[in-house]
Amino acid sequence: MALAEPPLGRTTAPTRPAPQKVWVERIPPIWWVLGLFLLTLPAYANDFILFQVFGWTFILGMIALSLMFLAGYGGMVSLIQMSVAAMAGYMVAIFGTSGIAAISMDLPWWLYIPIAILIAAIFGTIVGALAVRTEGIYTIMITLAIAAAFFYFTRQNYTIFNGYTGFNLVVPPQLFGIDWRQPVPFYYLTLGWAAISYGVVIYVSRAPFGLALQGIRDNPRRMAALGFNVTAHRVAAYTFASVIAALAGILLVWQNAQIAPGTAGIPAVIDILVIAVIGGIGRPIGPFVGALIYVLLRTFSPDVLLTFGLSGERFKLLIGLGFLALVFFSPDGVLGLWDRWRARQARRGDPLTGEKGE
Amino acid sequence: MNALTAPSRISSVSTGAALELRGVQKMFGALAAISDITLTVASGERRAVLGSNGAGKTTLFNCVTGDFLPTSGTIRLFGEDVTTFPAHERVRRGLRRTYQISLLFGGLSVADNVYLACRGVSRARFSMLRPRVGDTLLSRAEELIEAVNLTEASGTLVANLSYGQQRQLEIALALAGAPRLILFDEPAAGLSPTERGELVRVLTNLPEHIGYVIIEHDMDVALRVAESVTMMHNGTVFKEGTPEEIENDAEVQELYLGDGHG
Repeated sequence: MALAEPPLGRTTAPTRPAPQKVWVERIPPIWWVLGLFLLTLPAYANDFILFQVFGWTFILGMIALSLMFLAGYGGMVSLIQMSVAAMAGYMVAIFGTSGIAAISMDLPWWLYIPIAILIAAIFGTIVGALAVRTEGIYTIMITLAIAAAFFYFTRQNYTIFNGYTGFNLVVPPQLFGIDWRQPVPFYYLTLGWAAISYGVVIYVSRAPFGLALQGIRDNPRRMAALGFNVTAHRVAAYTFASVIAALAGILLVWQNAQIAPGTAGIPAVIDILVIAVIGGIGRPIGPFVGALIYVLLRTFSPDVLLTFGLSGERFKLLIGLGFLALVFFSPDGVLGLWDRWRARQARRGDPLTGEKGE
Repeated sequence: MNALTAPSRISSVSTGAALELRGVQKMFGALAAISDITLTVASGERRAVLGSNGAGKTTLFNCVTGDFLPTSGTIRLFGEDVTTFPAHERVRRGLRRTYQISLLFGGLSVADNVYLACRGVSRARFSMLRPRVGDTLLSRAEELIEAVNLTEASGTLVANLSYGQQRQLEIALALAGAPRLILFDEPAAGLSPTERGELVRVLTNLPEHIGYVIIEHDMDVALRVAESVTMMHNGTVFKEGTPEEIENDAEVQELYLGDGHG
């Protein structure tokens, strides 16, 4: 029995019961199917589906993913993520090129993109530093208050944020001779960054930083008793999440070709929370599922409503009712429904022998 | 017990007291949970703290670990004044504790819990890189899990462990890294007689340089694992002595053992 100090020289890896599979083999088949589907989507989907539905889904999914990282792993429900994204979008417009020549600085893309991410990350970190000293509902309130302040500030400040009108004609740089705002390139651009963000979040969740964050979620007092600086760790989580939100914010301003205070208005801020909760904040795939549902409802519900003789603007009614039903029947979102369905399938028994599974 | 032979670290800890309290007081509003506690625990000493419910034993622990800051008085750990240090800074100096009510990470596996404990007192706490197979801290965590007989439950979510297993995990977390002084808060509470025997074995077999302070209501456990005893009553130190002295002290018997021992 080895207690506190293992003897020197016994640092070799302990024997493991089963040989480790190559990482490729551990990916479940459904991921291969999904990956193939997403990569080949431009072959059978029209530009509207690519650009408006999936491009937007990936962007909103990334912003909601940054919330999922904080809420699911860190237990901190932050409503500032949309504002961080908008901050990055604004910085792209201000340091890059836009229709407002009096403000925009026309810096090259390799300068304004890092600047935008850096400033948005600093903004998110400062908000985090204020918010981590609070718990639960107070974290929600303080981040909502700052998000509201950001909205009103951008609407009233004309020297930097150009007030009510904001910035238009903000387009991605023509890199490698490709117009990245064309539907197919933009689809792959957003797909690529969404996949990278998703992969990084999955990876970090099992790295010391992510594990410690989950430990802090479960028991901050014990984490301090293990030698972790809980406050610093939480603030660092905000920084990490802000970078993801900032990347999404840059893609968002390119997709819309414009940014205005309404981008990060209170309804947009709440929508991110709704998306994350609809999808499920337990796992990183949840926000993307939620974003797809949200975008589909938002895009197609006006048509559905019109056929029933209702005003097309009532799509929020559908989202709201769907949200209510989901929170009522599955508080852990669509992912929770899926998990319970899988569990029921497993219980149903073996199709060959008819025996009940575990 | 192959690993319990004294490691080289001893030389650096053998100077001075592990824990020194001077006039420590903690007020909750107008209520003094503990007052004027003066106490010295030598390096490697094993001390039991006894006292009835409400005597201030756990409050004393919370002041030492930094869960609360004391209202007045000074706390020295290994000669260093840590009175105003946050909890994590004290832990990094070799202090550990277990909690009366298990404070574990229910959403993580046993292996992750112990790995976090090992990581907490090492560098790179913020590392974004996953540990590789054969990582020193991973194998250290596996050894600790083995030491408290949890190897089979290694992949289990802590929320699904039995009560006894959670108590064992509490101890594994406290042993991570290089502890020099461990505070055990009622480690035997709720354990079966067999599990208590196992606990006594784990405690008495700790390396010599690791001192501990143990709060325990079970006299059989407390007096078997301690070299010295501090008796607390109404938030103050009431008596100090060897286990024999305390056991045979008339005042203590009257106060603590009560009428049943008449």
